[in-house]
Formats: sequence, structure tokens, C-alpha cells
Amino acid sequence: MNISRREAITGRAFLILLMVVTLLPFVSMLSAALQPRGTVPSGLEWPSDPHWGNFVDAFDVANMGALLRSSLLIVLGVVPAAVVIATMAGFGLGHLRVRGGGIALAVLLLGLTMPFEAVITPIYYQIMDLGLLNTRWAIILPLIGLYMPFSVYWMRAHFLNVPKELSEAARVDGASTWQLFWRVHIPLARPAISSLTILMFLWTWNQFLLSIVMVDDPAKRTMAGALGAFQGQWGTDLVLLCAGSLLILTPTLVVFLVFQRQFIAALLQGSVKG
Amino acid sequence: MTQAAQGTTRGRPAKTSSRRTAGPAQVWAGRVPRVLRGTSRARWSGWLFVLPALAMYGFFVLKPLLTTFQYTLYRWDGIGPSQWAGLDNYRTVLTDPDLLEIILHAFVLIVFFSFVPVALGLLVASLIHRVTRGPLGTAARTVLFLPQVIPLVAAGIAWSWVLSTTGMVNQVLNAVGLGRYSRAWLGEFDTALPAVGVIGAWVLLGLCTILLVTGISKIDPALYEAARIDGAGSVREFFAVTLPSLRREIGICLTVTVIAALASFDIVYISTSGGPGTATTVPGLEIYRLAFAQRQVGLASALAVVLMLLVLVCVLPIQRLSREGK
Repeated sequence: MNISRREAITGRAFLILLMVVTLLPFVSMLSAALQPRGTVPSGLEWPSDPHWGNFVDAFDVANMGALLRSSLLIVLGVVPAAVVIATMAGFGLGHLRVRGGGIALAVLLLGLTMPFEAVITPIYYQIMDLGLLNTRWAIILPLIGLYMPFSVYWMRAHFLNVPKELSEAARVDGASTWQLFWRVHIPLARPAISSLTILMFLWTWNQFLLSIVMVDDPAKRTMAGALGAFQGQWGTDLVLLCAGSLLILTPTLVVFLVFQRQFIAALLQGSVKG
Repeated sequence: MTQAAQGTTRGRPAKTSSRRTAGPAQVWAGRVPRVLRGTSRARWSGWLFVLPALAMYGFFVLKPLLTTFQYTLYRWDGIGPSQWAGLDNYRTVLTDPDLLEIILHAFVLIVFFSFVPVALGLLVASLIHRVTRGPLGTAARTVLFLPQVIPLVAAGIAWSWVLSTTGMVNQVLNAVGLGRYSRAWLGEFDTALPAVGVIGAWVLLGLCTILLVTGISKIDPALYEAARIDGAGSVREFFAVTLPSLRREIGICLTVTVIAALASFDIVYISTSGGPGTATTVPGLEIYRLAFAQRQVGLASALAVVLMLLVLVCVLPIQRLSREGK
């Protein structure tokens, strides 16, 4: 009994240590963000007179309102469309088991480990030919395509486990394949769909490479892309940079804290299945 | 970002009968041909469900992928006419000392992005798996996941500040009397790449730890009891029970982190832009720079193809090993 007690205490100590290591960079940023502007903050040092007003300055300078709107538009452009077509494909491949579906899966498998960098150059020229450079479509459309391998495999894994008898019953009642999909299978797939939605929201919101390649105007980028531009512009003003970065983090953090349980479950499953 | 490899392609099941697209009237008409006809019709019309996804994938992944291969065979500045180059671009990628060094950097990052989080994660997970229930455990999960949720760009900015001359790391070193070691960690040739590695390790440690803790919680407690009865200490127990049982979870962690290391871009772009010199330039960043700044589209594409192959060469064996015997 003594041993397990000692283990519990060391375990707890290590857990707390790990949490502190994870949190320190954020705390350090916060302490820098609260220093008077124009000073050179040092390390972790709580200011005697915290300048919360820096956040207001950063909000104006970073044009946060426009950034939030832009990120939201991009997320709205990507996530619902990607979820719907991935769910349909997952249904076709996992439940209807279309003839030759194996080929489609093999082709999708190609894209599963492919880094975005591998196709970013041709995508740039494709988007240019479509005349969509510097619009949000230049981020939205490629992202939908790039998410397909993971999301189709994800939804297919769900549909593989749905008992066939269910569809047979609905068929006997005269449902068409389309009705079967919308009325019977979509409601049942809700947990898989919501996890996928969370993952895609996160990946889109945090997408950096496509943002900086496709769109010059930070106000038309994702949050992450805009943060990159913000750093380029205010990199020397450390106080403002830290305040701005924290502000740009806030929306994701809030969403994360609200949907914590779902986020963690989705991220865990995402890496397991991925 | 945990967009990662998956090796499963399950075979098609043998069960093919009993799917019907027939309407109610036909159901009552009940004869064998109806079932057959219905089956094959659903099997073909089902493609309508798959088509939109494949179309998007085809246009924004497959087509660009083919174009990448095509670009590698030309010298092209992205604007003017292109010149046939044969395999010259590949030759350059595989012989140019600068480019080889850049590829080497990606492998150095694997040590930090993969080995460190997995090794540390194993250690921490085996120490904390008994205390992950209750409020502390819940709080820990939330906190350890923060680096996964924030954009990598933000992690890069936070750590650039922590590792800067006036940052927290040097402050701590000064406080404990090791001030002579303080430096601009991301700015010096010797320390920049490891410092970038530390950022990646920080991002990935939490995810690995939690995946491994989840894995440990699934191990049959009887195995531990048996080990204890045999007189195994914590260390023996770890190597005899914990480690072999976590094969799958370790495989997942390695896959995710190796891809993150080889394809790293965001963190490097933000924290060092590849500098000082090219001390921290990685293939992802070099592709971006070659294609969009130096306008050597062919060379950038050849590097992209090599990077893609490197990812496969590293990830496939991990997948195979971690699935063996399960």
C-alpha cells in the first residue's frame, strides 16, 4: 500500500510539473503583454501596474473585428460543404459499398500522408488560372479537397459499423437511397459528424500555409495567417505582439473550453484513426 | 495538426446480397431477379454519393500532384516559358550540399518532435496514469491539449519570446547562476535548430502523453498484478508490461509526430524564418521559398516530391511495426 501511495504522489507531482511547463509560455506572453508599451519586457515578471489597455490597442491595430469575420467566412465556406460531401462519400463507400469502391479508397489513401507543401505550388497556379487569387475562395476550395482523404476515411469507418438490417428495414418501407441517407443514417452518424466538424473547424481556423500563399491581404485570411502578418508588422514591438497574439488565440480557446470534452475526444480519435 | 497516415484498407466483405432499391410495389412483386437488379443498381447509383468528394479531391489534390511531377521535369520561373530539364532538378536536390543539409534538418527535427515527446510521454504517462481521474486529471487533460488547439503560429510567437535574449529561459538561467549560458537561443547557429525542436516537442508532448495514458488505462490490470507477484519493480514492470502493450499507441504517436517534423513549416517560418543563415531551414520552408520567392518552380517541385517520398519511407515501416501481432 505504501508503494502505491508514493506512486500517487510522484504521479501527481509530475502531472503538475507537466501542466506548468505547458502553461508557462502563455503566462510569459501575458506578463509581457501587460508591460508599458515601448519598454523591453524581461522574461516572466508581473508588472506592478498592468497595462490592460494594450489589449485594446492590439484589437484596433490588428483589426480584430475584420479578422474574426474573415476566419468565420472561411470556416463557413469549408466546414459544412466538406462535412456533407465527406459524409456522402463515407456512406457510399462504407455502407452502400459501391462497386469499385476499393479503387476510390486506394486513390484517397495517396493523399492521407501527403504534406500540403507537396501540392501548394500547382494549387497556387490553378487558383490563379481560375482568377481567385487574393479571395477567400483561394483558401476555401483547396481546403475542401485537401480534407477529403481524412474525412472520407473517417466517415467510412463510422458507416462500416452500421448494421445493414437498418437499411433493409427502411427499404422495405419504400425509402429511396437518398431518403435512407438523410432520414436514417445522418441522424445516427451525428457523433462521428460532430467530431469531424470540430477537427475541420480547428484545422481551418489554424491553417497557415494556404493563407500566406494565396492571400496577400491579412484581412481576407484565416486567424493564423493574419497572426503571421501581424508578427511581420509588429515583431519589434514585443508588448503589442504578445497582446495581439493572445487576442488572436482567444476565440479558439473559448470554443475549446466550451466544447472541451468533444474537442479532446475528437482530437484523440482523430490521431488514432488518422 | 494531426492529419496523418492510415494504413487500413479492409477487404470488401463477402456479403453482397439483400440490398434493394426497389419501391414498395416491387417489394411485393418478390422474385429473384428483382433482388439482383436492385443490388446492382444501388451499387452503381451509390457512386453519386462518392462523386462530389472525389471531384474536389481530384481537382485540388490529384491534379496538383500530377502537375507537381510534371513541374519537376522543367526549369520554370512561374511566368515565362519553361525549358525541358529532364531529371536535372532531382539531381540537384540529391547532390546540392545546401539542399541535402536542409533535408537533414528535417531528420534532426524528428529527434525533437518525435523521440523526445514519445520518450518523455512514456515516462510521464507511466508515472501519472494512476492519477488521471478526478479533478486534477480533468484539468490536466484540458491544459495538456492547449498546444494542440492553438495555431502553431501562436506557439511560434510565444516561444520566440520565451527563448529570446530577455526571455524566460535566460531569466531562469541567470537566476540559478548559469547566466554564462544565456544566449539568443533561436539566433545562434549552434542552438537555433534544437531550439526550434524544443518548440515542436512542447506542442506534441501533451498529445503523446494523453494518447499513451489512454493506452495504459486499457492494459489488463491482471498483467501488472502478475508482474508484481513475480517481484518486478516499477522499472521491470514498465519494460515487461507497459511498453509491449503500448505498441499501437506508440505507433500512432510516432506517425503523427514524424509527419509533423518532416512537414514542419509554421513553427519555423514564425520563429526563425529558417535562419540564422540556413541553420533552421526545413524542406517545407525551402519549397515555399524556392517556388514563391526565388521562382524556381521545377526545383521546388522536385524537393516536394522528395519530401513526400521521405514521409512515406518513414511512416510506412512505423505503421507496419505497430500493427504487427495485433
